[in-house]
Amino acid sequence: MDMINILTVLILAIFIGFEIITKVPPTLHTPLMSGSNAISGIAIVGAIIATKVSGEVGTWLGLIAVIFATINCVGGFMVTDRMLKMFKRK
Amino acid sequence: MQYTNIAYVLAAVLFILGIKKLSSPKTARTGNTISSIGMLIAIIATLISFELLDFKIIALGMIIGAIIGAIFAIRVEMTQMPQMVAIFNGFGGGASALVAAAEFFTKYGTSEQTMFLTGTIILSVFVGTLTLTGSFIAFGKLQGFISGQPIVFPGQKILNAFLALSLLGLGTFVTISGIQDLNMFYGIIIIAALLGVTLTIPIGGADMPVVISLLNSYSGIAAASTGFVLMNNALIISGALVGASGFILTSIMCKGMNRSLTNVIFGAVGLQNDSSGGEAKQINYKSSTTDEAAMIMDAADKVIIVPGYGLAVAQAQHAVREVAEQLEAMGKKVLYAIHPVAGRMPGHMNVLLAEANVPYEQLKDLDEINSEFEDCDVAIVLGANDVVNPAARHDTSSPIYGMPILDVDKSRTVIINKRTMNPGFAGIQNELFGFENSIMVFGDAKEMLTALHKDLKELS
Repeated sequence: MDMINILTVLILAIFIGFEIITKVPPTLHTPLMSGSNAISGIAIVGAIIATKVSGEVGTWLGLIAVIFATINCVGGFMVTDRMLKMFKRK
Repeated sequence: MQYTNIAYVLAAVLFILGIKKLSSPKTARTGNTISSIGMLIAIIATLISFELLDFKIIALGMIIGAIIGAIFAIRVEMTQMPQMVAIFNGFGGGASALVAAAEFFTKYGTSEQTMFLTGTIILSVFVGTLTLTGSFIAFGKLQGFISGQPIVFPGQKILNAFLALSLLGLGTFVTISGIQDLNMFYGIIIIAALLGVTLTIPIGGADMPVVISLLNSYSGIAAASTGFVLMNNALIISGALVGASGFILTSIMCKGMNRSLTNVIFGAVGLQNDSSGGEAKQINYKSSTTDEAAMIMDAADKVIIVPGYGLAVAQAQHAVREVAEQLEAMGKKVLYAIHPVAGRMPGHMNVLLAEANVPYEQLKDLDEINSEFEDCDVAIVLGANDVVNPAARHDTSSPIYGMPILDVDKSRTVIINKRTMNPGFAGIQNELFGFENSIMVFGDAKEMLTALHKDLKELS
């Protein structure tokens, strides 16, 4: 994959992000933050790949990265669900 | 490899759909589930398609992470959500920085260490580390481990500028010339970590909504740069979404305070300033009790509740709902007015009130509610101060001049509950308290509301 391709992906993703996030009502801004926290846990993909590093330093860094990213994914999605469950109509 | 990339695209699509469903509280929960399925797909695809993975390490990390994450998610109280989001921003940034660092150690000294790779690694490590330390400071401030007051010292701005410039210089040098010395790499990590601390400590408690949003944005930027390091679309797209989200929330928060981002970050607003305190006008206010407040409310048709951070501190969200239900049972119309920067993070009040089973249709934001005060009989302000200060409308010398406020003073009667007469976060007196139609009821919000509920019941 060359640089122009991934730049295109980045720029289009930013535009989509702006488009959909401006439509989130203020009442859901906290779940939006915790939910996007969970999504930034996507670093777990990189963390998993990092564990294959043969050198010891890389593996340990990979382990800590897996821990951090998993906290984000699991904690983020769970707490968002817990909050959204509470939003009720009359 | 091809299948992995298809799985990543699928995951990205699910994240986008998931956020899209956050546009309404009705579909939001489904949206969150959709996003989490996307994450699961990305993880499984990575696990089955890369060779030489150390599954023992991965399983260990995932189990530890899942346990910690679940404990956080289950045990956190809604009043503590800002802290939790702050620390999670830190973990996200930290994970991205660690992944980039691991990649650096693999490629260090090999022919694969190109200028592009070094540059993106340094960017991820820099942003990720800054997010990590900055978020931990924000967490400490919100949790009360560190003073919520701005912490300033002489030469702070110069130090920040020096750190930022040396980081920029070192980063550029290393990118262009290639890293020959590991100490340079460590130096970048240390400077970024310091900068995260020195940029966050001067920011006061009530500016936290901006800081948390900004750090949220940074954690996205860190993930996206790590995506460039690994040439991985899943990270780039998700990082861009999170970055955009944090950025939008940051600008909404700044607008809610009528301040620029630069002013929030470098202004150290909220510092108790002794020199200006001397000439503060003495305000003559009327203090009253809950039974008088109950009598005024008994005669009202329309009541608007204005919650602030004081409500969260007192954990009074359930008590306020009981009062509101009592008022509704007495045939009154009840609405809640939510200022964008009420509380310590975007949407903080909404979550608190949702926890107390307040239907979300009753929660109105600034634009919707301000016209409602004109024919409102009683506005009841609970632990909010600067967001209802009329000086923001007319007093050009006021630090909060120009900030959009809730026009509670236009109601027939304003009942204000505070613990003491201490000025709010911005350190300024609120002229509203001395207005003809204002009544102060002092005390802890929860105790006051419980007493008010009892008094209202006796009247009905």
